[in-house]
Amino acid sequence: MIKHEVFEKNSLVLLAGIIVTVAIGGLVEIVPLFTIGETIEKVEGVRPYSPLELQGRNIYIREGCYLCHSQQVRSFRDEIERYGPYSLAAEGIYDHPFQWGSKRTGPDLARVGGKYSNDWHVAHLLDPRAVVPESVMPTYPHLARKELKAADIAEHLKTLTIVGVPYSDEMIENARADLVAQATLDGDTEDLLRRYPKAATGDFDGDSTRLTEMDALVAYLQVLGRMVDFTTYRPEYAQPGSAGGSE
Amino acid sequence: MTDLYRDDVTGKETTGHEWDGIRELNTPLPKWWLMVLYACILWSIGYWVVYPAWPSLTSYTKGVIGYNSRADLSNQIASAAEAQAHWLDAIENTSPEAIANDPELLNFAMAGGRATFNENCAPCHAVGGAGRPGFPVLADDEWIWGGTLADISLTLQHGIRAADNADTRNNLMPRFGADQILDQNQINDVAEFVLSLGNRAEDSAAAERGRQLFADNCAACHGPAGEGVRELGSPNLADEIWLYGADKAGIVAQIYQPRMGVMPAWGERLDSARIKMLAVYVHSLGGGE
Repeated sequence: MIKHEVFEKNSLVLLAGIIVTVAIGGLVEIVPLFTIGETIEKVEGVRPYSPLELQGRNIYIREGCYLCHSQQVRSFRDEIERYGPYSLAAEGIYDHPFQWGSKRTGPDLARVGGKYSNDWHVAHLLDPRAVVPESVMPTYPHLARKELKAADIAEHLKTLTIVGVPYSDEMIENARADLVAQATLDGDTEDLLRRYPKAATGDFDGDSTRLTEMDALVAYLQVLGRMVDFTTYRPEYAQPGSAGGSE
Repeated sequence: MTDLYRDDVTGKETTGHEWDGIRELNTPLPKWWLMVLYACILWSIGYWVVYPAWPSLTSYTKGVIGYNSRADLSNQIASAAEAQAHWLDAIENTSPEAIANDPELLNFAMAGGRATFNENCAPCHAVGGAGRPGFPVLADDEWIWGGTLADISLTLQHGIRAADNADTRNNLMPRFGADQILDQNQINDVAEFVLSLGNRAEDSAAAERGRQLFADNCAACHGPAGEGVRELGSPNLADEIWLYGADKAGIVAQIYQPRMGVMPAWGERLDSARIKMLAVYVHSLGGGE
């Protein structure tokens, strides 16, 4: 048995001991990051957020939505029956930072996209009690008043490419145009939908004269959990026909 | 410097550490505690062998019993489905009309329908289908798209103006004001005429002027007497049920730039048995036809 006196009285031995200990901890945390490409299950359909969704996501983070809402359907039967298929690691691959969360005061939002209409989201954000009487969620009427400022949206996209989000040059060039097109009623969305399939489009906040933060946040909420087609998804481990769905 | 020394006051041994004359008592962890710790460590080694544990560069150790939380989950789902299979299969193979006539099946469908409704439908339509401004009441006799079991099932399955659903119920009221089809005075007159359908006109001269405008612009969808046409999803304007406000301002706003509600296509989120149970439940709320 090594007496700890040896470490306590020889600073070089102590230093070596510290290095070994920290190195083990570091390796356990860092090495898996180099294999993420292989260990995260490949899933069809996950794409980078559209510029409008990205702005909505920034507002989601700014307003602290993650403090009460998780975005992670866990692999429990009760959650799957309530929310839909459990979340996959790949679904958060372009989230920087991810919004899985851990505090579940409100319902999980990982599959909220398409579950409610835009009108409902707007009514609910303006005053949650108007549609859910027992809700304890704060009101967010300022989102409908505040114009969406996104002059630097192309820079946002460009910055995210540094951490590996595959925005193409075309996406970055058209960022501002895509952002406006997505929130325009009957806008020309052909290019937008080619670049960002399944993006919800239209006038989200019911005020077609203005582009507000409400537009962006609702556009973001409406895409959550809709990128992967779970009618064709099969988990890697398993026999065919055993997807995580509620059927 | 190790210098074992028995403390005079407590009679305990010291660790041999000494700083400026202060010595540290040696009070080792209790034996039983240490045994538990070692047992836990041994247990964890067993755990590594039995369950998935260690990552490798491309995979991870799978464990000898082949446990997989996803497989476990799908077994749980399968056994729950099996436990309900008797009822769910019966629901699957029975028409909504026949379910409504079979007390036992109806009982199951109502319970399942209520649970599904409260999670998925109540945020808009309120518990019990009581509705909210902008979201229709499901417990009354007014149905925009029809209140038979078949109508309700279709609405549930494909939604209303649902994006990316080819069979969704769809219509489009022109934006009479925003697109300058009618001017402000004409909209005022039509609104007065619509109010007069429920004997609520404030300005009968204006309502009279609005009569012809209504016939030209509105009657094709809402019917000559504003009674609504369900095939087109155009609501009855002659009753007292208003989705977007009953007062004149609400009616004018709706003519100027109509709000048109959207309901998701639930066939994309819920399985067919649940859709059927929902249809039966909604039908029972008070307005079923």
